[in-house]
Formats: sequence, C-alpha cells, structure tokens
Amino acid sequence: MVEKSEMIRVEKLNKSFGDLHVLKDIDLEVNESDVVVLIGASGSGKSTLLRCMNFLEIKNSGNVIIEGETIDPEKNDLNKVRQRVGMVFQHFNLFPHKSVLENVIEAPLTVKKTKRAQAEKEGKELLAKVGLGDKANVYPNKLSGGQKQRVAIARALAMKPDIMLFDEPTSALDPELVGEVLSTMKELAKEGMTMVVVTHEMGFAREVGDWVVYMHDGKIVEKGHPKELFSEPKEQRTQDFLSSIL
Amino acid sequence: MPTFAHFFETLLESYPVFFEGLWLTIRVTFVSVLIAVFIGLFFALFKISQSKILNWIANVYIAVIRGTPLIVQIFIFYFGLTEFNIPKFWAASIGLALHNGAYIAEIFRGSIQSIDKGQMEAGRSLGMSHTLAMRRIILPQAFRRALPPLGNQFIIGLKDSSLAAFIALPELFSVATTQGARTFDEMTYLLIVAVYYLVLVLIFTLLVNLLEKRLSASD
Repeated sequence: MVEKSEMIRVEKLNKSFGDLHVLKDIDLEVNESDVVVLIGASGSGKSTLLRCMNFLEIKNSGNVIIEGETIDPEKNDLNKVRQRVGMVFQHFNLFPHKSVLENVIEAPLTVKKTKRAQAEKEGKELLAKVGLGDKANVYPNKLSGGQKQRVAIARALAMKPDIMLFDEPTSALDPELVGEVLSTMKELAKEGMTMVVVTHEMGFAREVGDWVVYMHDGKIVEKGHPKELFSEPKEQRTQDFLSSIL
Repeated sequence: MPTFAHFFETLLESYPVFFEGLWLTIRVTFVSVLIAVFIGLFFALFKISQSKILNWIANVYIAVIRGTPLIVQIFIFYFGLTEFNIPKFWAASIGLALHNGAYIAEIFRGSIQSIDKGQMEAGRSLGMSHTLAMRRIILPQAFRRALPPLGNQFIIGLKDSSLAAFIALPELFSVATTQGARTFDEMTYLLIVAVYYLVLVLIFTLLVNLLEKRLSASD
C-alpha cells in the first residue's frame, strides 16, 4: 500500500474557554484523501477541535501541523493557512448581500486576485458541480437550506483547498434536505478530498468515513474504521453513546 | 394670531427670501451629515477595535460631544477659535458634523455588532484578513442596517442646523427671525418657517423610506 501523506496532525492539543477545559491532550492525524468523521454528544469538544484546525479557535497548548508545517498563530500568516483549509458551517454563513455566484467568487477575487472572468468561469463550474448551475444570480434568501449549504461548499472549494472541514453541515436542515448535502459531500470524498466532518449523521459516517473518532468530555475515546467502531466498539462509553443514538 | 388669509398671502409673497435661506440650510445639512458619516464610521471602528487606546479616544470623543450643547460647540468654532477666522458656513458645518458624528458613531457601532459573527468567521475561513472581511462582508451589511437610524439622524441634523442662525448664518430660521423683526409680524414668519421645515422633513423621510425599500429588495 502506498504511504499517504499527512495533511493534519494535532499533538497534545489543549483548549480552554475560561475555566472550561474543552479539549484535553488531543492527538489526531488526518492523511491525504481520508474522510475522518468526528462524533460525540454536544459539548464533547468536536466542533472546537475542528475550529482549532483552521485557527478560528487558537489552542492553549500543543501543536497543530498542517501539511507538515507546525503553525504558530503568532508567526504564521493564518490567512495563507486558511486558504488551504476550507470550512463549511452549520448555519451556512452565506453573504446575504451577494448573489450566489458573488458568494463563490468573493474570496478568489479579493484574496487570490483571480481575474474576474476566470473566477466567474470556475465559480459557475463549481455551482454546476453542486447542482446549482441555474442559481448563479439568485440571492441566498431565495434558496432552501440544502441549496444554501451546497453554495457554501462551492464557496469553500473555490479557494481550491487541500482540506475541507465540515462543522455539522446538516444539523440546521429540514430532514428532507439532508440527503442532497450529504450526496454532495460523498462526491467530494470520492474525488479524493481530505475531509474532517463533525456530524450526527451515522449513516454518512458508516458509508463515507474512512475513520470514525468518538469524542467524550474533551478527549478522544476511540478511533477506528467505521465498520469496527459501529459494530464492535471497544470502549464502554462508545457503546453507551452508540446505543443511545442508533 | 394672523388670519389664515394673511398667513397664506405672506407665505406666497415671501418665497424669494426664504428660498435663499432654504438653499443654505440644505447645503449646511448635506455637508455636515456627509462629514459626520465619515467621522462616525471612523469612531465606530475605533470603538470596536482591539486597541484600548483607540477605544478610549472614541469614548472620550463621544462623551464630550454628547455631554455638551451643540450651540456651545458651534460658538466655539465661530467665536472661540477667532484666530482661525473660520467662515460662518464652515463653523456651522464643522460644529454640526462633529456633533452628528458622535451619534452616528454609535449607530454604526450598533449595526456592525448586530451582524452575525458567523459572517466574519466565514470571511476569515476563506483566507480574508480581518480588514478585508470588515470592508467587503461586514460593513456593506451594517450600512444597510444603519440606514433607518441614519435617516433619523439626518432629520435631526436638518433641524439642528437652525442653530446656525445664532452665528448670523442667513439660513432658513434666520430668515424668519430677520423678517419677523423687520415687519413686527413674528408669528406669521415663524409659522411660515415651521411649514418649510416640516415639508423638508417629510420629503426626506419619504426619500429615506424609498431608499430602504430598494436596498431591502435584495435581502
């Protein structure tokens, strides 16, 4: 088997909000083309861990290593690092004053200084890819939740990131709209995108995940291939969690 | 009290002198509010900045301006700073601009802080700097949200410009007092000038409402 290169490594990561110790000595690695799914009860720290990976939250101690480079938030240009690590949010966070296409090309135009014609061409391709080629000139308020989230995915992809982070991408959606977003993510995984996904969708974790990581109380309790972790969890707490949700 | 016929007749006859004052009032208002919007934007950004010094500067400015009467501020520029020999128009405009700027700073601060913090995070996650995300993502949305209170502040500025009469700037209100004193018919001219202000305010209210509707069409 070919050795896959390492995309993200987290070492002895600690993060506190005031007195609240949210992440406790987290170690995790994500290799190229891996889909790593973080599961756990709310408050277990999985979203915080994800946000530490693109430095929306800054760790208190430990290391976050992106593509072999240990990132020091004081010294590294985080704006450059974030261009390599795309993020999709629970509440989409589309820019309401911009059309769908403008949302997608905003960062390529202003951050990467891509020429407008080129950015629009690529933006339209991305929109077609997420199945929204006909919505380029529509404003976000005219879209359903599932469509909004697919635009958000296209917007993140427009920066051509090496890694994509998904923070509960389907949690704010009506049940009937979850499928379209998950299938877009599935496509992306098939193309070999490295993905870290915080989700409550166990079906997605089982089907698409290469690794499933169960977090509890700021620690990683268990990491395994989905088949093993779901059918024969080693830890009692993982069993308890799975039996409570499945 | 003047009879209605007398009031109406004077209203129609006096328009040439009033129109001169009206034009000056409109100029002072637009110039001062335009400057005030820039002042307000800067101090709003100072207020939400991470820098304690900038916060402090903004807080002092707003406290001093809001804590002292506008007429005192205008007098300081005209009668106080005599060595600068500031013309009446500019003394009034700068005084009004600094005054409205403090209130507009609070309007902008509130509207910037009312934008969901996910907007800034989305911008940052795409590799935008804080400044770029502020300029491209936050401020355009905050400005729209600030429009109704800004329109309100504009109307307050319009009415407050009447204080310039006290440094003898021949704007709308000063026309009324001058004409009243000349003819001993104060009540008639005061009622006339009240009508001018009222109509101006109603027109601007209408314009602001139209602008709001157009902007909210895309929301």
